[in-house]
This record gives sequence, structure tokens and C-alpha cells, in this order.
Amino acid sequence: MSYLERNLKSTPRGFGKVLYFHWPLAILIATISGVGFLMLYSVAGGNIDAWAQPQMYRFVVGFVMMFIIAMIPIAFWQRMAIFAYLFAIALLLVVEFFGDVGGGAQRWIDLGFIRLQPSELMKIALVMVLASYYDWLDESQVSKPQWLLLPLALIAIPTALVLKQPDLGTAMLLVAGGGVVIFAAGVSLWYFGALLAALAGLVAAVFYTRGTEFELLNDYQYRRIETFLDPSISPYADGYHITQSKISLGSGGYAGRGFMEGTQSRGNFLPEKHTDFIFATLGEEFGFLGGITLLGMYMLIIAFCMISAMRNKNRFASLLTMGIAATFFFYFSVNMLMVMGFAPVVGVPLPLVSYGGSAMMVLLGAFGLIQSAHIHRPR
Amino acid sequence: MMEFDHKGDIKRSRLSRRALMLGGIQTAVAGVIGWRMHQLGVKEGDQYRLLAEENRINIQLLPPARGLIYDRDGDLLTINDRVYAIEMVREQSRDPELILNRLAQLLPLTQDDIDKALADMKKRRAFVPVTVATGLEWEHIAAVSANAPALPGVTPVLGLNRQYPKGPEFSHIVGYVGSVSDYDLNETDDHDPLLRIPRFKIGKTGIEATLEKPLRGEAGIKRIEVNSLGRVIRELDRKEGASGVDIQLTVGQELQTYTLNRLKGHSASAVVMDVTNGDILALASGPTFDSNKFLKPISQADWKDMNDPHYRPLVNKAVAGTYPPGSTFKMVVALAALDAGVVDAAEEVYCPGHMEVAKRKFHCWKRGGHGHVHLREALRYSCDVYFYDLALRVGIEKITLMAHKLGLGERPNIQLPSIKEGLMPTKDWKRKVKKKDWVLGDSINAGIGQGFVLASPLQLAVMTARIASGMKIEPRLINLYNNELYPTRGLEPLDINPAHLELVRRGMYEVSNHRRGTAYGARLKEDRGGPMAGKTGTSQVRQITAAERRKGVVRNEDLPWNRRDHALFVAFAPAANPRYAISVVVEHGGGGSAVAAPIARDIMARTIKLGDKGYGNLPNTRTREQT
Repeated sequence: MSYLERNLKSTPRGFGKVLYFHWPLAILIATISGVGFLMLYSVAGGNIDAWAQPQMYRFVVGFVMMFIIAMIPIAFWQRMAIFAYLFAIALLLVVEFFGDVGGGAQRWIDLGFIRLQPSELMKIALVMVLASYYDWLDESQVSKPQWLLLPLALIAIPTALVLKQPDLGTAMLLVAGGGVVIFAAGVSLWYFGALLAALAGLVAAVFYTRGTEFELLNDYQYRRIETFLDPSISPYADGYHITQSKISLGSGGYAGRGFMEGTQSRGNFLPEKHTDFIFATLGEEFGFLGGITLLGMYMLIIAFCMISAMRNKNRFASLLTMGIAATFFFYFSVNMLMVMGFAPVVGVPLPLVSYGGSAMMVLLGAFGLIQSAHIHRPR
Repeated sequence: MMEFDHKGDIKRSRLSRRALMLGGIQTAVAGVIGWRMHQLGVKEGDQYRLLAEENRINIQLLPPARGLIYDRDGDLLTINDRVYAIEMVREQSRDPELILNRLAQLLPLTQDDIDKALADMKKRRAFVPVTVATGLEWEHIAAVSANAPALPGVTPVLGLNRQYPKGPEFSHIVGYVGSVSDYDLNETDDHDPLLRIPRFKIGKTGIEATLEKPLRGEAGIKRIEVNSLGRVIRELDRKEGASGVDIQLTVGQELQTYTLNRLKGHSASAVVMDVTNGDILALASGPTFDSNKFLKPISQADWKDMNDPHYRPLVNKAVAGTYPPGSTFKMVVALAALDAGVVDAAEEVYCPGHMEVAKRKFHCWKRGGHGHVHLREALRYSCDVYFYDLALRVGIEKITLMAHKLGLGERPNIQLPSIKEGLMPTKDWKRKVKKKDWVLGDSINAGIGQGFVLASPLQLAVMTARIASGMKIEPRLINLYNNELYPTRGLEPLDINPAHLELVRRGMYEVSNHRRGTAYGARLKEDRGGPMAGKTGTSQVRQITAAERRKGVVRNEDLPWNRRDHALFVAFAPAANPRYAISVVVEHGGGGSAVAAPIARDIMARTIKLGDKGYGNLPNTRTREQT
């Protein structure tokens, strides 16, 4: 990094670390969150109390948390990886048995002050534990099948638990996030080729078993996929979401209808306008320009992370950064593709923008890890 | 150290390679996202913008207030009653059954009503509003409005219900309104979106039907911004419609009621006209029906009554009934012969009681015959043989020509439905329609208004008015149309020698006022406004065979009702200075002089007694309801 680059021979210490923070990344995160506040203010019809303000409080808490995590050496987080993973597994088991049922799926643990979503935590914990594993494993061994078993199990266990909730979106993100770490670690491309083939087979199997007693997905999951493939099946039921969000995005045109002028969200035509479909409102009010700007900012975050990861000689830090960046990428890309009708409606929020405590906190925490990796990189 | 570094470099380069691959994939996906944004927002933006507008903007029709119909005195014949109703749109309700059950807690809805509404909604397209309940009180509407958030797709509406305060007396003229049928929607040229409003009513018969479009008015349009539940956020703009036009009839209630009452007990009709301007003062067809009964589901018994096959209450016989005019047609024959110059006032014809033409005997109604009669006498006694002779002399073509001059065989131009034009035969007509040649017997029959000749009571009234006034008077049913005087038509003199008209009028005078005139018994005395001049008619509806005649013709009273003769009478009064004309037709009533003439006399007496009070003013201010 060229800014404030002093040829340090060793990692910075104490409050001096603040200087070596990845400030552009932090500012970008704050900017995107700011866009989120604006949008939440707008979809509430100019009401700050509904969503924008609680979101701001969480952001402040999360941002502070990000700094705290960043201050702690990455080596500590590497040691914590396995515990974070086990903790997240334990929480998933807790929701499995005691969780509140919200929106037809068990996802939450209500701790009173915050409703914790263990699957969000799991996404980061999984990346941490896999990065830690591949840091420990000699690189020449990575493509050996016996050394692949453990990482696959590490992915499979939480995925199975999340699927059981059922939460298809998070399950997909877990598999993808874990897969990216394995990929980055250098596992032979043949495996991935085989995986793609297997995936195609699985998709076929999913549809082939529909209606039999061996159904792999729930009925609502089938329906969501079906309406994704053809929204006109039921424009006022399942396809309603996609149809309306496409209308919102499209009606924004090039420059949008202007802040607070979105008729789709103000008229409540848009479902889940403050959570999963908030991008549609952004598109409606700020148009193609607004959407592409947000996408650009997201991609800049990814770029910062990838560059930081490539420059980092610490293998754990590098893999962790890439894994988290990939998870972040999956968040916004799946959400945007879904809102634009290119992916099934799977319930993935727009990171840092959608209303929601857990995701915001976990993401800021994860960026704390990336910052820590950046600050404490070997010189 | 060196080796480690080297190995480290290899490691790094592999990780970097993978990172670049990842970055490449991510960039590609981002590219797809950006392309899709461009496609949605920029390339297809207009289309989605339109869809968003459709989402947001709901166009509501503002049904106009239907035009009102007044009688001659300026009294209302129709009123628009305020009524509250509840409409529901299926697609906005999402779960109509649930919403209906919620509604049932607020409104008096039975399970039947709910089932019917559900069936209605299923039948129609999802966005079509369906009336769930009607005839509601204001409290119900208030309750529904208060609970609107829990009742998506439900809208209270204010409607106007047509009522007919005068009941049966004007039913044939005013008619009634009814729901729009599939036929109205699909088979007519009327594409007014108002027709698609649930339970919108349009005229089905009478003036309500013939003047449907002006009475209906023009729909206003209200554009409102709504949310996804159909809840109104704000009104964007509105274009007021125009209420339907108001109409004042020439018919007054008092005379109309009297006329109908006088026809009671018969299947009969009567038309009273002002011969000076064609104003129809009464146009009655008995028995009548009550228009109000068509506003609600009709009971079986009522339906049966209204469709009585003999008395046919639903048919306006005054315009839709056509009858052989019988002897009332003799004026036409007389005028045709006089104008053609084949006869004069003094020429006498000998009537032995029958006439033989081509080995067929044509009888006079008086078996002994009338002896030598001239034209006035022939009219006075209604001598058939005289007119047989005249008809043969002048020929059917000239008779028909004269009939048309007097309005027979022409469609009367008034604003009522199912007006019949009757029939005035010609030789060509018979060849074309009946595929037979015209024979002398046909002319003979036509001479006494039998055979093929058909006319409606309205036409007979017009004929009488023209003879009485000497002008081409046209009937006029509407006085004010949208606050403008409806024109009087036909004030030019007839293309008939006035002296001949005067002669025929004289003959008609004698019918009613000569001691031996056929209608002397039903003359209008001077103290009742008389004298009047008339002509009786008795038209056969059956053929009397020679054999029957030998045995002696069966008396009318002994025949089954529907084979009895029609009784007709036409008249004008006062005889010296004609002002009013009347025609009365009593179906299967028997003799014109015995049945129709007294009815006509009484109606005429009442007409004269009521006199010409002129038109009543329409109320200037009245509340125009607009929903």
C-alpha cells in the first residue's frame, strides 16, 4: 500500500496500529452502510425510527467491534478459529432444538438484546476454520483425497444443519464460501470439475425426485425455484416478488425517480422492501447509475480484499481474507441477481444495506478480521 | 533459507494465481449483474416504468347521474335513489373467502351471499370488481371504512338506484333499466366502459332504452394513486363526467292515468294527440305492468302475469300492436277516390247488402244493405259495399299512396322501442312477399281496411290528426330534451284537396252525430265538450265462410275471445275546430261502436275537460348525485 507506507520491518504495535488500518476499506464500508441508512429511511416513507435508526446504532456498535477485532493480532484469531467453529455449530444445534420459528424457518436465537442468527456467524467461522486448516496442512498435500475429507466434513456439517432449518440461501453461501477457501488453498482443479458435474447431477436429482417420497427439498423451495424459472406461473403469489422487484428496478430507468420518489416501495407493491429486496428500491430511486455505483463500491471492497490477500505472506490471513471477501461477494451478487430475476428467491440480504442486526454485526466483525490480517501481516 | 524462499514463492504464486482466477470469476459475475441492471433499467426501462404506473395508478370511473324523465306537468317519472354497496376485487383481496368472512361480521351477509360473491369473482377476471352487498345503510359503510386495512380489495361505493315513482302508468313509455347483459357487452356497438361497472344499469325498454345514451350521460374519470392493497394514497386528478340529459314528456299523468283506467278489463290501447302540434297527450296500453318490479328479482307469479299470452302486458300495443284498421280505413279510401277524381260527394252507389266480384260474394255488414248511398252516408253508416266499389275504382296503388300521406305504413318517428310500421300493400309487395298476383278481392278487402292492411293505434291517431288538421302532423312524445324544446314537425299542409278533407270530416261528424250514425250512441254531448267526429271500425280476425254465413254468422259474444273481432274507434274533437285526435283499439272487443267508441268518447271528454294547461316547469335546482 502506498499510503502511509513506512518501510516497517515489523508489525506495528499499540495504537500505532490504527495508522496501518486499511482505511479505504473502512471508509468504503461506512459509505455503503450510509447508503443503507438512506434507503431504509426512504422505504419507511421518510421515517427514521422504523429501520434507519436501529440500523445506525447497530452499525456504530459493529464498527467499533470491527476496530477492536482489528487490533487483536491475527495469530490470536487463527488460534480461535476452531473454537469459533465449534461455538457456531453449538449455536446451530441450539436453534435446531430451541430456536424461534421466524418466517417458517428456525433461524434465530433470541438473546433479548439481539436476535442472533447462528448461520450468519457460521459463514465466517467456517472460513476461519478452513483457512486455519490449510495453513496447518503442508501445501503439497492439499490435493490428496484423504486431506480433503476433513474440510468437506467441516463444510457438510453446518450446511446440513442450516438446510434443516430450512435456509437454502445460507446453505448455498456456506458451501460457496468454504469452496472458495479450498479453491484458493490450491486444491486441484479436477476436483472442482468433478464437483460441477456432481452439482449438475444433483440439480437433476432434485427435480427428478419431486413429487416422490424422496423429495430433496421442501415444497416451498421447489415452488421458489419454479417461479424463478417462470415468474408468470403466479404473478400474484410466488412470482409476485420477482415481478414487482423487476418493475421497481426497471422503472428507475437511467437515473432513477429520485430519493423518496419510488412508487413501488411507497405503495407497498414491493415485498420485503427493507430487507432482501431493498436493492429494488435503490434501483427505482437512483436508477441504473445508482445500482452500478453500489456494485462498483462492492467490487472495490472485493478488490481491496483480494489485493490485501495476495500481498499477505501469512497463508492463514490470505486465505481468510479471500474467503471472507468471497462470502461477501456471494451475498451481494446472489441478492442482486435474485432481485433482478436471475437467481431464485433464496432470502439473502444485501450486505451492509439490508435491514438486519445479525448480518450487519457479523459482516463488520468479519471485516475486523480482514483488517487484523492486513495490520498484522508479516513484513 | 534460499530453498524456503523459493518454495514460499511457489506457494505465493499458486495462491495468487488462484486469487486472480477468483477475482476473474467475480468480475465476470459482476459484469453480468451490471449488464442486467442496464438491461432492466435502461433498455427495458420504459416498459417497466409503464408497469409501475399501472401498479400505482388506478383509474376509476365516476358513473354519471342518469338523466331524469318528467311528465307534462313537470313531475318526476324517475328518481335516482342513493344506495350504498360494497364491491370487492379478487386480485387485491388475495384471499377473498377470508375477507368475505370478515365482512360478514360487519354486514348482514348470509352464507349464500358469500358463496354467490365467490362464484361471481371466480367467473370474472381477477381485477373486475364484484358487488358483494347492496342496499346498505350508512353505518355499514362506516364500519367497512373503519376496518379498511383488514379488508384489502374491498371498496364501499355510492350508487344511484333508479326508481319509478308513478308505477305502472308510465311503464310502457318510460320503460325500465336493467343490468348489462353479455349481449349488451359483446353484440352491440356500445363500448362505453361504464357498461363494465358491476351492476351498472342500462335502459331495457321504453324511453330508457331508446334514449339510453343521452340519459346515461358521460362517465367521469378519477385517477388515484393506490398501494398494493388497493388503498387510496391520494387522488391525482379527476375529470368530471356529464349527467345524462333530462327529458320532459308530452304525456301528462292525469290523462294517462284516466286513459289506462278506462281501458281496464280489456286488452286495449289508446293514443290521444294534439292535432295542432302532434303532442302525444296519452299513450296507453292495457293491461300495463310495473317497471319497479324489474328492479328486483321478479317473482314467478309476477313473471307469469306479465307474460299472459292473451293480454301481453309487456307489449306496448299502442305502437307495437298492428291490426287491420277495419272501417277506420274508409276515410283513406274515400280520400284516395276523391283525389283521384273517380267519385264525387254526390255520386251514389247502390248497396244491396253484398257485392259479387269474380263469382265471390262480398258482404256488407248490414245484410239488408243500405240502398243508395253517397259518400257522407257511406261513412255515416259505414257501408261496406260503397267502399268495395270505391276501392275497385281507384285501385290499391292509389289507396296505399293516400295511406302513406296520412302516416299509415310509415314508421312513426317517436322515441319508443318496437314501433311497428304496419302494412299498406301494393301489387308488387304481394308478388314479392306472397308470391301471388294481386286480385280484385284483395282491393275489395283493402277497401274496408281488411285483408293485408295493418296499422297500429298510434298510426291511426296520426291519421285522424292529419285528417282533422289538414297538416302533415308528426307525433311528438318529448317536449324538452336537455332543456331545449323538441321540435314540432309536420306543420305544412297535407298534399290533399282541403275540400275533400272537409267532406270526409263532415262524414265523420255524422258518424257520431247523425241519428243513424254508427257511433251516435257514443256521441260526445256538448256539455262534455262535444260534438266530436269519429269513425268506428270492427275488424275481423277470422274468415267467415259462405257456409257459415248461410247458417247465420255466429255472434261475437259466442266466439272464443281470441277469435272475436277487434273493436276500433278514431275521432277528433271539437268537430268544428279540431284540437284533439284519439284512436282506441280493443283487441277482440267486439264492435267498434259498442266497445271502442264509448271508451274513446270518455277519454276525449276528459281530454277536453283537462284542457290545455300547458307544460309544467321542470325544477331548476336538484341535487345531482355523483359518486
